[in-house]
Amino acid sequence: MFYREAGQFKSSYVADQELFPVKQDRLGIFLIIGFSFIVIPLIANDYWLQAILIPFLIFSLAALGLNLLTGYAGQLSLGTGGFMAVGAYSCYKLVTVFPETNVILLILLSGFISAGVGLIFGIPSLRIKGFYLAVATLAAQFFFEWLFGRVKWFYNYNDSGAIEVQVRKVFDIAVTGPVATTQARYMVVLCIVTVLALIAVNIVRGRIGRAWMAIRDMDIAAELIGIRPLTTKLIAFAISSYYAGVAGALYVFTYLGSAEVEVFDINISFEILFMIIIGGLGSISGAFFGAAFIVLIPILITNLPLILGIPINTATVEHFNFMILGALIVLFLIFEPHGLAKIWSILREKLRVWPFPY
Amino acid sequence: MEFLTAIFIQPFFDMVDDPVLFLQVIWEGFVTGILYSLIAFGFVLIFKASGVFNFAQGIMVVFAALTLVGLHENGVPAFIALPITIVVMYALAFSVERLVLRSLVNQPDIILFMATIGLTFFLIGFGEFIFGGEPKMMITEELLLPYDSITFFDDMLILQEIDIAASVIAVIALIILALFLGKTKIGIALRAVADDHQAALSVGVSLNTIWVVVWFISGIIALITGIMWGAKSDVSFALSIIAFKALPVLILGGFTSVPGAIVGGLIIGIGEKIGEFYWGHLVGGSIEGWLAYMIALVFLFFRPQGLFGEKIIERV
Repeated sequence: MFYREAGQFKSSYVADQELFPVKQDRLGIFLIIGFSFIVIPLIANDYWLQAILIPFLIFSLAALGLNLLTGYAGQLSLGTGGFMAVGAYSCYKLVTVFPETNVILLILLSGFISAGVGLIFGIPSLRIKGFYLAVATLAAQFFFEWLFGRVKWFYNYNDSGAIEVQVRKVFDIAVTGPVATTQARYMVVLCIVTVLALIAVNIVRGRIGRAWMAIRDMDIAAELIGIRPLTTKLIAFAISSYYAGVAGALYVFTYLGSAEVEVFDINISFEILFMIIIGGLGSISGAFFGAAFIVLIPILITNLPLILGIPINTATVEHFNFMILGALIVLFLIFEPHGLAKIWSILREKLRVWPFPY
Repeated sequence: MEFLTAIFIQPFFDMVDDPVLFLQVIWEGFVTGILYSLIAFGFVLIFKASGVFNFAQGIMVVFAALTLVGLHENGVPAFIALPITIVVMYALAFSVERLVLRSLVNQPDIILFMATIGLTFFLIGFGEFIFGGEPKMMITEELLLPYDSITFFDDMLILQEIDIAASVIAVIALIILALFLGKTKIGIALRAVADDHQAALSVGVSLNTIWVVVWFISGIIALITGIMWGAKSDVSFALSIIAFKALPVLILGGFTSVPGAIVGGLIIGIGEKIGEFYWGHLVGGSIEGWLAYMIALVFLFFRPQGLFGEKIIERV
């Protein structure tokens, strides 16, 4: 009834090429962005921001990056954790070398280092495909875990072996370090994620995104119609690693506060892969849906027995957590292999003709 | 210059100087390599028969070993616990086929791959829920496995008897499997399915049965690997990282090749031990974690389908 695009005529090319061509979509996006920028910082308490919203946004960003690579360009990667670690550690080094520079700028810059590294590890993708490539990207994961754990220069010869985030201010408001309020950190994350997500929407509908999809669907055919496989795949690896790197930097600087290399172990790579599979391969909104799902499920499983008043010890909860997550993933794959984004698009189609479907 | 010497010349002098030590390193590598081969063999079987990249193979190793030890802890004698574990592995294979694989027929490879990761998580939670998360000792004595060590060359070369037993059992298992695949009716059907699903279906091979059989065999291999590996360290979920060790073996040997799994396992096992021992200290040690991947990557640059993999032919 309300979700109709009838009567919305496009009279110019500019109007036709808008990011969100349907008026209601545009309105909805503005509402969501406005809500998360203005209302949430006012009403949410520290627990919500710290335990749910900040990790959700950071994981969305990482999932978005992986979705560009795996969902759009078709290159399966298991090295996301490694690239996040590169982002986090290079940001840490940049912050210590340039203490006066705006930390947000440095977080964004550290993504470029990660992108460069991603470029190098993307080179085998020209010759190796499918699962062979996935295993090859695991090399990145294990190599960086080793490198940042062993080479002391990366954590400034700390005795603890961990990287500690110092207090940094932007416009006289502390945004990183122990004194920063959760609201300030939330706003930093939200700004970066919003901007990068909008850029991602633009990339995938442009020339680069179309080239990626052509490569994904069949790389030989794409090569025949004049798409260069090497450059296209390398661009995918670079951009994806950029997103992962920024997400890694944010993860340490705005969420954890201090971190050892173990936080970027293989499990985080798998979690992010789960996010894009559950959210939907090859869709921007899917990354957000998937991240929300994976962040929320453990919290739900932990809190549900408490809410229902069932006494249960924490070790059992931990085991159930694994079991339920595993079972949910299998069930999801069986019933909706295209993920939450597909469910959303089905709902949307239904909504268009509601309440008169015939 | 000194650094270059340390990389390119010194290690080789060390090898020649102390050949017994060198032999010891090779032996250690050989033993780990055999175990990698076994895990990779489980992978290859499932990949060939159903096209599933079975990420859960590593956790199946732990699960099998844990079931065996857990049963024994609860008072079941070792030689009754062993057949019960085999039955459990069959039940696992059956339920995986019935609940997961059958519902996911004709889905893209990545979906099946993800499903096995989901299965991994489920098995981790399930195993810890039933048997507890703390590390356990493998029941080496009760299974009549030797656990002494033999020494040669005036105690310079030390061979653990359990390692020798592991290699012998692994070789016997591989021979039995080769005979099973080559001579029995099910084995031939299995190879037919691996070759071409549709053609196999059309001559009356039941895919569902074959999948159960394949997962069951992988479960048995997982059990053997679990016993051997558990005897070398202890049984805990940390063991599942050996699955990550077996992945480079797979890409090195090729996903579809049984001899590839064996040769690849030996190359990776010996290569990473030698690398760690003679070169590892130059860069801070513990390079075992990624050296195998680098070895495999170098091979892949020249043969993208692995050493023994089938040549990939692509058509538009």
